[in-house]
Amino acid sequence: MVPNPPRRTSPHRTSPQRTISRRSHAAPAAVATALAAALALTGCSGPESASGAAPAEPTPGGTLRFALGAAPAGVDPQQVGSNVSIYVARQLADSLTDQDPETGEIQPWLAESWEVSDDLTRFTFHLRDGVTFSDGSALDADDVRASFDAISGDLGAAAPLAASYLAGYQETEVPDPGTATVVFDEPNAQFLQATSTVSLAILAEETAEVDPAERLQGDVIGSGPFVLESYTQDQGAVVTRREGYDWAPEAAEHQGDAYLERIEFSVVPESGVRAGGLASDQFDAVGDVLPQDVPQVEGSGGEVLTRANPGVPFVLQPNLTRAPLDDVEVRRALLVAIDRQELVDTVLSDAFAPATGILASTTPGYADLSDRLAFDPEEAGRILDDAGWTEGPDGIRVKDGEPLEIEVTFTPVFTGSGPVLELVAQQLRAVGVDLRLRQLTAAEQTTAQDSGDYDFYYYNVTRADADILRTQFSTAQRNLSLREPDDVVDPLLDEQLGEADPATRDAVVAEAQEALLDEGLAIPLFELSQSIGVRGDVHGVTFDASSRLLFHDAWIEQE
Amino acid sequence: MAAYVLRRLGGAVAVLWAAFTVSYLILYLLPSDPVAIMLDQGAGGERVDPARVAELRERYGFDQGPVQQYLTLLGRTLTGDLGTSISSGAPVSGLIADAFPETAKLAGLALALALVAGVGIALLASWTRAAWLRDLLLALPPLGVAVPGFWVGLVLLHLFSFTWFVFPAVGNEGFASLVLPAVTLAVGLAAVVAQVLSQGLREASRAPYVETAFAKGSGRARVLGAHVARNGSLPTVTVLGVLVGNLLGGTVVVETVFSRQGFGRLVENAVTTQDIPVVQGLVVVAAAVFVVTSLLVDLVHPLLDPRVLAGGHGRSGGGAR
Repeated sequence: MVPNPPRRTSPHRTSPQRTISRRSHAAPAAVATALAAALALTGCSGPESASGAAPAEPTPGGTLRFALGAAPAGVDPQQVGSNVSIYVARQLADSLTDQDPETGEIQPWLAESWEVSDDLTRFTFHLRDGVTFSDGSALDADDVRASFDAISGDLGAAAPLAASYLAGYQETEVPDPGTATVVFDEPNAQFLQATSTVSLAILAEETAEVDPAERLQGDVIGSGPFVLESYTQDQGAVVTRREGYDWAPEAAEHQGDAYLERIEFSVVPESGVRAGGLASDQFDAVGDVLPQDVPQVEGSGGEVLTRANPGVPFVLQPNLTRAPLDDVEVRRALLVAIDRQELVDTVLSDAFAPATGILASTTPGYADLSDRLAFDPEEAGRILDDAGWTEGPDGIRVKDGEPLEIEVTFTPVFTGSGPVLELVAQQLRAVGVDLRLRQLTAAEQTTAQDSGDYDFYYYNVTRADADILRTQFSTAQRNLSLREPDDVVDPLLDEQLGEADPATRDAVVAEAQEALLDEGLAIPLFELSQSIGVRGDVHGVTFDASSRLLFHDAWIEQE
Repeated sequence: MAAYVLRRLGGAVAVLWAAFTVSYLILYLLPSDPVAIMLDQGAGGERVDPARVAELRERYGFDQGPVQQYLTLLGRTLTGDLGTSISSGAPVSGLIADAFPETAKLAGLALALALVAGVGIALLASWTRAAWLRDLLLALPPLGVAVPGFWVGLVLLHLFSFTWFVFPAVGNEGFASLVLPAVTLAVGLAAVVAQVLSQGLREASRAPYVETAFAKGSGRARVLGAHVARNGSLPTVTVLGVLVGNLLGGTVVVETVFSRQGFGRLVENAVTTQDIPVVQGLVVVAAAVFVVTSLLVDLVHPLLDPRVLAGGHGRSGGGAR
């Protein structure tokens, strides 16, 4: 989603596991770091279990004070898109399905089971019995229909992410209160994973009638483990435990009510204040821990939890309508001209991983293409020489009198972006490419995007389904490259959406990833990670498949 | 006196209108529009359907011409309706009503602290006969102006919240949460007050009437308090009017460092999302604060110095300076 802000942290390469990396102290940490680095180098990753002596029994009760790094845009699960908004909104509502963070597999949640028609246009969900909303009313198929009708109707303008998941939506048939059949006019393989996201969470039928703005301010009824007590724009939100919650997804550590009585989210924009507040016991958990704040968090007995965001890692996406990036050889040379490990080692931290493909390694369907991205400046030089880009007087290559100058447009929403791009520019200069940085505000970036005024567009997108490739790179979709329709990439991107068999779909997706890199349609850099600081007495804070936080299993040691 | 007040009031209204119009022009001329920004941020990187953008633009009236939009906004504002935020949908008047008291508390305390400290430093520096103390005191204002507010805030936080927990680091709960941000905000303000006032006192103390006063047998305290201070404080009162306006700007930084709800945070957010109705509402309120303080300054002036009304020292132009 959004150029996800936050995230930078400490050790431990993140793994695609639900198990969260936890840092221990002193010597073991060094060993673990070395191990993590070794894993990173070999391009694989393994699960890491919690360290330290965690008390055996969760104790219910207590208030968790969570400092968010940025202000939520609102609390309506179906409308919000940013990480911090989802941290809050996810607690209020449940989804039809759940996605296993380890395997990417779709599992039951509000729907006990489902069938998908062979042509991927009809999805029939059998709802679990006994689920109620926070107002006491039963959750049934009419609520599913109302939620989806609203998203594809009036709410859609204000909920672009959810609306994109429902593209081609025709209707939801309700043969009986326990059954909802969602019908599309075209095959839609990504829809099943989409039903596990917060964007397609199921809200009460009457919520669908509410004005989008009022919903954003908190007028929503969900079936989640927590209910909203208050929300103040730019300040935060308070959620309280729902009594009688009995429909946590299978992947949850426990069934029944959440352990925490309350969660107080407050917005604390300064990272140093978040870390200091955690160390001085003014917060129990904080978002967006920066590398420089890690020692303070750990020094006070806390831990930093990290997980890489699935989806498209941070990439440089070329605008093909502009020289010199219209030259495919230039793009291919750039793929191997960047030392990604150095980016992580020098300006990020080992909470981050170098990109090893055009999808992040936590994305289902991800293909490891690290061999094509191996740092090889000589090869880059050769490609450029062969393409006619010869070294000019000042070290910058020239062809037909034009210097090899490229501008990258970026926003510093993720704080590490500036330093990362400066290092990339340094690395590219070594092979005779002049990369210039153009930092914009989010507003200016929107304008630049709409007018196609950029050479390289720098961004990332979070989504735990390979269909993100289609929505980003298909010429019928976002298409930041302003590419003309072709007969290789586009057909592959469309084909996966109509492929019912998971193994076949993965194969198509893998082919698409290779095709995209063959054409140099994105220069991957590194994977974004969420990094959350928690005090030593806080346990059970978990990441879902999209690397957003879940608090149902979270608990605080009671005195 | 009535004519003087009327003139000032007329100027105040003109300033309010100008602030509203200029801020509208700037916002309108910016290349992006709030609807696109809002949708882009909510879209999480997905492509936004242009039809959706058009639909929302129409809902907010952005499809109309600039003059039409301006007149609509102005007319609405005149009737007291500030509209709703584009990014959040909350009513602007509600946002401001929630934020303004918090900032007023903060700014009020900061102003009080700054006056006590600034006036104290200036008076003590004028009073003392010890050259070293005077030099020390007069070295403080430049230092106070030079250190950036956010740095002061972070140092205070580190000492009095993280190292020794005396005051909370964040939030708006109770008086304790007000102390550190108010001190942070007061430092720069106190420095300016001390600087301008000590300068004024120094000049006033060279005036012939001081010698006269001493010759009449008045003591140092009476001369400083009744003669020098009264004349020497005129520039300070003038500067104070400007400072109160600047205080609002200072809250952007301080409220962010201390995670406080308030005017500054609202401004920052509204500007980054180009939330036109919110920015317009804030500009009008900020201009009103500025105008009122300027008006007060203008009204206090004749009390301190009756020559102002006599016309010789009357300043032309509106209330803002």
